[in-house]
Amino acid sequence: MKEIRLHGRGGQGAVTAAELIAIAAFEDKKFSQAFPAFGVERRGAPVMAFARIADQPIRVRSQIYEPDYVIVQDVTLLEVVDVAGGLKPDGKIMINTDRPKEKLGLDTEAEIVTIDATTIALEELGRPIVNTTMLGAFCGATGEIGLEGLNKAILDRFTGALGENNLKAIKTAYERVSQ
Amino acid sequence: MMRVAEGSYAIADAVRCCSPDVVSVYPITPQTHIVEHLSQLVANGELDCEYINVDSEFSSLSSLIGASAAGARTYTSTTSQGLALMFEVLYNASGMRLPIVMTTVNRALSAPLSIWNDQQDTFGVRDSGWIQLYAENVQEVMDLTPQLYRISEDPDILTPSMACMDGYILTHVYEPVEFLDPGLVKEILPPFSPVNVLDPEDPKTFGAFADPSWFTEFRYLQYKAMERALDLIGKVDKEFEETFGRGYGGLIDTYQADDAEILLVSLGSIVGTIKDAVDVLRKEGIKVGLVKIRSYRPFPVEALKEALKDASVVAVIEKDVSVGYQSALLTDIKGALYNTSIRVPIVGFAVGLGGRDVAMKQIRKIVENASKVKDEGLELETEFEIFGVNPECL
Repeated sequence: MKEIRLHGRGGQGAVTAAELIAIAAFEDKKFSQAFPAFGVERRGAPVMAFARIADQPIRVRSQIYEPDYVIVQDVTLLEVVDVAGGLKPDGKIMINTDRPKEKLGLDTEAEIVTIDATTIALEELGRPIVNTTMLGAFCGATGEIGLEGLNKAILDRFTGALGENNLKAIKTAYERVSQ
Repeated sequence: MMRVAEGSYAIADAVRCCSPDVVSVYPITPQTHIVEHLSQLVANGELDCEYINVDSEFSSLSSLIGASAAGARTYTSTTSQGLALMFEVLYNASGMRLPIVMTTVNRALSAPLSIWNDQQDTFGVRDSGWIQLYAENVQEVMDLTPQLYRISEDPDILTPSMACMDGYILTHVYEPVEFLDPGLVKEILPPFSPVNVLDPEDPKTFGAFADPSWFTEFRYLQYKAMERALDLIGKVDKEFEETFGRGYGGLIDTYQADDAEILLVSLGSIVGTIKDAVDVLRKEGIKVGLVKIRSYRPFPVEALKEALKDASVVAVIEKDVSVGYQSALLTDIKGALYNTSIRVPIVGFAVGLGGRDVAMKQIRKIVENASKVKDEGLELETEFEIFGVNPECL
């Protein structure tokens, strides 16, 4: 089983991103689960969401304390949340930032993957909503979900030009981290 | 067809497959997406029913009493404070023997103010004469929905029922579920044919005045009907399995219990986490197993006696507290075994109150505590523990 923790701010779509991971994994014929850290968060407040991917039906329902992967949608969270807390040493953390990873001051043995998702999202979507772009990075950096399944999950959720533009943002992020 | 869906959405679809005639709900907090999705189904023309938005949970259940008495299949859903506000009406529905079905989403009761999951709300209405079944995952709640109509509407039962579903943990989770086929649901759920109906042509009175010479008999008949439900719950579970290929063990289910020295007893969504913990502990050589309670009312005493008789220690894990004396499931299980020859020590742990997350490491600690009781014997002062209290509060 692979466990993923997503950090974002209220309104950035972290919960939607977790759901899309679950749907994409199911498209890949895997079992999956996604849920938010339930709260009464306001727009802008730090939020968390979780996703699990497995070959067997998933029974455990606790939050995720030792994730294989962490996705950080907003680099300013590093100042207020221990985003790498419990992250497995052989795991990966994907951070939306234009800063070099050495300058992030992250305390983790896990691999750090940085991507300037905000710029990509602004170019492709015209809005700094990075949740789908970060999924492209997750897909490219980990291979835990396939691009095809992710694209299908996106088009189930977003129709028309919005769907197509999200696919472009995902592709750009996917290619950038896959290099 | 299996696909990933949100728990609340999936339950609304299961309700649609049961073709209720009247759905009556209070649409404002505390409430879940279940009723939101149901209203959408009605607006889209996918569910042909009378959908009533009312001014309170008291009104939602009251209006269903009228509808059910008139012969309609009825549905509502609520949670926490909403269930508390229904308290008086719950007794009216069961006393009038109306087979209303409700998805009761388990959430904490204030104060202090909490919106999060525990099971204090449904344990608090334990004695209201409603059948209560608790579910482990979204699929089980979906599958329970037609089963509860079948059980409640049986002429020998005529008792309202609730599917207890952990708030947030199951209502807000996205996971793969098999959607019900309405045609197959019809095979196990015949149309509601009420024994007594409100009809101007043939006037009858429901919930009439019962003086002391008759009140006892009404309660006795309710009690006997609830006893008969013990058999029917298992039978309907089997029928469902034959039709849909998914069975749940009836009144209780067991996991790795056959040779278990330490038997954990629990109910609701925490059961899934416990199963994973049992697998980990088994690999370490610890003989631990699980008894999952599905039916809490009626209480499956005989099934529990059989399941618990060979254990060296029983640890009950539940998400409620009876302030003043331990917790509901623990005291019920002790009561069920007292007048038997089974002399296993029984301890209880209240966990997950007000949404406190319960992870595998907490289950491990509970098993360690239970193991100590097995080896060293039971100390009455540690028979029950509110688990994981912040040390500065102790």
